[in-house]
Amino acid sequence: MYAIIVGAGKVGRNLARELIAKGHEVTLIESSRSCYLAIEEEFEHAAQYGDATELWVLERSGIQRADLVIAVTGDDEDNMLVCQVAREKYLCDRVIARVNNPRNHDHFRLLGIQPAVSATDLILRLIEHEVPSYGLVHLLALEEERLEIIELEVSPDAPTVGQKLADIALPEGSLIISVLRGGSGFVPKPDTVIQGGDEVLLVLDPGLEEAITAYFAADGRPADA
Amino acid sequence: MFILIVGAGRVGSAVAKSALAAGHVVSVLDEDPLSHERLDAGQSQNWEDAEGQFTVGTALEIDALIQAGVERADVFIASTAGDNTNLIIAQIAQKRFGVEKVIVRVMDPARAAWYGEQGLHTISPTRHAIEMFERALQPETEPASP
Repeated sequence: MYAIIVGAGKVGRNLARELIAKGHEVTLIESSRSCYLAIEEEFEHAAQYGDATELWVLERSGIQRADLVIAVTGDDEDNMLVCQVAREKYLCDRVIARVNNPRNHDHFRLLGIQPAVSATDLILRLIEHEVPSYGLVHLLALEEERLEIIELEVSPDAPTVGQKLADIALPEGSLIISVLRGGSGFVPKPDTVIQGGDEVLLVLDPGLEEAITAYFAADGRPADA
Repeated sequence: MFILIVGAGRVGSAVAKSALAAGHVVSVLDEDPLSHERLDAGQSQNWEDAEGQFTVGTALEIDALIQAGVERADVFIASTAGDNTNLIIAQIAQKRFGVEKVIVRVMDPARAAWYGEQGLHTISPTRHAIEMFERALQPETEPASP
């Protein structure tokens, strides 16, 4: 695979190292002269000096044959622009953008730049995972496919405790794909009985979170976060 | 018409003043409060007394755009110092707020040309300068011999 990485900060540099170590071809583009000189020693010909929002810089890096473009500069406008041009002008259909300010996430979405990765969002996700009082954890959101995978802890007082899976009428667009019990997980069968303390993994259409929570929380009400 | 101008540098502020003088409703958004001085410079009354609007804020912040009136703008002009900022906010105005006429200043002729093909009205001062230099370099048409 040939990947172009724009922005040689900590993120860009480490991504480049990892991809090169896995045997991929990488070009790392950096627009600051001093930073470029520092990375050039390590990355040699894989490092290029220039502003990747300039079309000729991308072309010089061989954007036409790139399989993947990763924009991880500290500037959201630059990241958006690089990915937009890569996708729409050079028809590279795999782009990954870094979101520096989570409030700009909407702009990436508006311009169709997915996936857009925000460190703040990732850390929030981890907090949800680590702090059990959140109840519902988003494990994965496939925005283009409009699907989510969530994890829920079953309250001992939940209305579904003691019921067989086959008897639980979940809303249309949701499915239990796994049950975690006693430290291990299994794929449930229709006669699996839900127990208090289970963790259930569901795949569902976005927007069903609240409806689903009602099935597994005490008294059918979401736990206070 | 309601004209929203983002970026009150030399170009933005001059366009704002002439649009206001031409009788349009003009709102200016800039992240630097001091840029307001450019709107007052050389005018007989200050910008607000002349019924101009001025908002301090960053164009990527939706709240700032809304405060500056993007929702009722007929024309959106992106004239900040950054090409990439201009191209992104112009697309936000066009795609998210449905502003009918969006005009973008793009210094880089290559990006201006490509985004122009994608349906943005781009103006590249660099392109114009190059053309003027080229024209100035052309041999003058032969003067009629005396």
